[in-house]
Amino acid sequence: MSINLDQALQTFIVEARELLQAMEQSLLQLESDPGDQDAIGAIFRAAHTIKGSAGLFGLASIVGFTHIVEDVLDRLRDGSVAVDAALIALLLKCGDHMLELIDVVASRGETPTPATLERGETLREALSDYQPLRTATADVVPAAVHDDTGADVLWHISLRFGVDVFRNGMDPLSFLRYLDTLGQMVQVTTLTDSIPALEHWDPESCYLGFEIDLRSTASHATLNEVFDFVRDDCDVRIRAVDETPESSVAIGSDLIAQVEPGLAPASPQRQPANSEAKTRDGSYVRVNADKLDELINLVGELVIASAGASLLARSCNNDPLQEATSTVSGLVEEILDGALHLRMIPIGDTFNRFRRVVRDVSQELGKDIELIISGAETELDKTVVEKIGDPLMHLLRNAMDHGIESADARRAAGKSSKGHLSLNAYHDSGSIVIEIADDGAGLNRDRILEKAQERGLVASGAVLTDQEVYNLIFEAGFSTAEAVTNLSGRGVGMDVVKRNITLLRGTVDLDSRPGQGTVVRIRLPLTLAIINGFLVGIDQSTYVIPLDMVQECVELDERQRQSSRDQGYLDLRGEVLPLVDLRDHFSHEGPAARRQNVVVVRYAEHKAGLVVDDLHGEFQTVIKPLGKLFGALRGISGSTILGSGAVALILDVPALLNQIVQLEARTAQAPQSPPLVAR
Amino acid sequence: MPITHETIDDTAHVGIDGELTIYTVAELAGALLSQMGAAPRLELDLSQVTEMDGAGLQLLAVIQREAGVAGTALSVTGQSQAVMQALQLCRSAAL
Repeated sequence: MSINLDQALQTFIVEARELLQAMEQSLLQLESDPGDQDAIGAIFRAAHTIKGSAGLFGLASIVGFTHIVEDVLDRLRDGSVAVDAALIALLLKCGDHMLELIDVVASRGETPTPATLERGETLREALSDYQPLRTATADVVPAAVHDDTGADVLWHISLRFGVDVFRNGMDPLSFLRYLDTLGQMVQVTTLTDSIPALEHWDPESCYLGFEIDLRSTASHATLNEVFDFVRDDCDVRIRAVDETPESSVAIGSDLIAQVEPGLAPASPQRQPANSEAKTRDGSYVRVNADKLDELINLVGELVIASAGASLLARSCNNDPLQEATSTVSGLVEEILDGALHLRMIPIGDTFNRFRRVVRDVSQELGKDIELIISGAETELDKTVVEKIGDPLMHLLRNAMDHGIESADARRAAGKSSKGHLSLNAYHDSGSIVIEIADDGAGLNRDRILEKAQERGLVASGAVLTDQEVYNLIFEAGFSTAEAVTNLSGRGVGMDVVKRNITLLRGTVDLDSRPGQGTVVRIRLPLTLAIINGFLVGIDQSTYVIPLDMVQECVELDERQRQSSRDQGYLDLRGEVLPLVDLRDHFSHEGPAARRQNVVVVRYAEHKAGLVVDDLHGEFQTVIKPLGKLFGALRGISGSTILGSGAVALILDVPALLNQIVQLEARTAQAPQSPPLVAR
Repeated sequence: MPITHETIDDTAHVGIDGELTIYTVAELAGALLSQMGAAPRLELDLSQVTEMDGAGLQLLAVIQREAGVAGTALSVTGQSQAVMQALQLCRSAAL
């Protein structure tokens, strides 16, 4: 039982975090469009659901605080409080505080730190400005704990249970029992008149109703909460009884007609929240990430095994067998795609998180900055999404802090005073590209170059393209703060950003136009586990080139072979294509094969040709990372096992291309050699 | 279902031993209501009831109503702690 409860609590924590994020989104939405009733409704539902579930676990601190927030939201919803920037800022802080309280629960129920409690108190005070004066005193006390401060009120509670209450595992008597603890039940009338005649009566259906007079100090909301779990199945009406003789006489008669109009809508309005939550639960299944990883691992092995089987089948000269194995490998491929898709999540959630960051930082800096998000539906691997958050955050902060100028400076430069920051994501040749663009001042090329020369990163007198200069800021040791004032970091340098991205097998580069802004482009692989590979052979060894990067294959004839060997590049339909001879690169001994082929690969805007002996075709490749021992190897990103059991090395095309680019940078200084990289 | 049933003279004695809850009401209802009207007097012994919930309460209410309809004189000869508490909670001392 305790294990189950623990699991339920974990679910609550996960859900509460999601709800808080949804609440934050809606608040920001509300800020840009104060009249948005849907957003108000969504915020209210999030708070209400959190409070309800927290109550289930007896988390009084969360219930108490959320209750006050909900109270204010309720007033916001019925229009007695207007939306303004101060209220939204306050509610955002309340969301943060709720998250803090939930984190306390998540870290095994230690009591909140005094600082947290103090923040809670401050927020409560601030919230009370938005509460009506009368309830302000009564409701500030956490509602889950008995409100002893309020006066005794005689409540009349009218309950009509629905037919399915018993079947749903609820017992009407338990509600009475609970009410009994909240105050003194003065009178209870059990209503049995709606029980149908014997022949229509199902003993397992509920036809009970109760009229209860309860003298209690609890607030209306507290009483209302008692019935949160049964609201779908029960008609609940709660009202304070005016204790004058005339009206107490009237209690016995028609109760429904007497219900105060203001209170009656409370129950029907809350039902949509429940039904919405239900449809959402219906369309998703929560799966442990470990199980998913295990599945993908197995599918990886399946791919290898199936490749082995079809290889064997081909050598058997048995047509039906070959047919069968090809059907199997087709299916395996589909399973693989499906399994990988399970791990793919849209990047939008990560992007949306930044709305809040942009809002807060821009206020902190006193700049007016708008975040424009596009391509939020672009999907990528869950692990990549998780790890890209921090680097993106740094880049965004940098752009806001140093990229976008102050409003005055912008007006002086003839730009609109509002700064724009855009986050965009799209798929491109087997990778995902994330762009962070600002319309700020751009980078100061001369300052960067000067600093780089001072640091010895660039030889003095070296001629660098603008882009190369800009990318220098990603170099380690390019200390930021005092170096280039318009691009300093907040304690974390750009080199850390670059390192994090490199760890994800991604790359980052940067483009800037003075006065017009800066674009940082991050390129990441879609998945870390499996790639579509293209097999090539040199001597007896096999190498894998990620298929997404392969553009075309060209046969290298005798004449071209000579000239390309001398010059290091190939004339590809009038285009200059630098070549890398893999035989040389990986120090294969022995003479070159009689026929050679060129595989044209592209990564980002660089293109090059890899010279190999044989082309073996496509192969689904499960990436096995290389051991630490091989960590220093350049140009190899991993290994894989072929169907035959042989090991093939996976080429790290970005690294190979990078080497050429560096080579070009070095040789570019010698005027006689032609440019090597086709852009 | 532990339900004892004997008829002495013109009185049916029915005792319920165990739960009087949603889990047992269907069975109990079938057993009890079919007896209704067979004898002019019905004595219900609830002293062995271990647990009672809203469904049990509803069943008692139905028995009471049907007894009135059939003209059977209903009397409860014993109440266990569980029954007493449940009835006390909803102030249904009528049984």
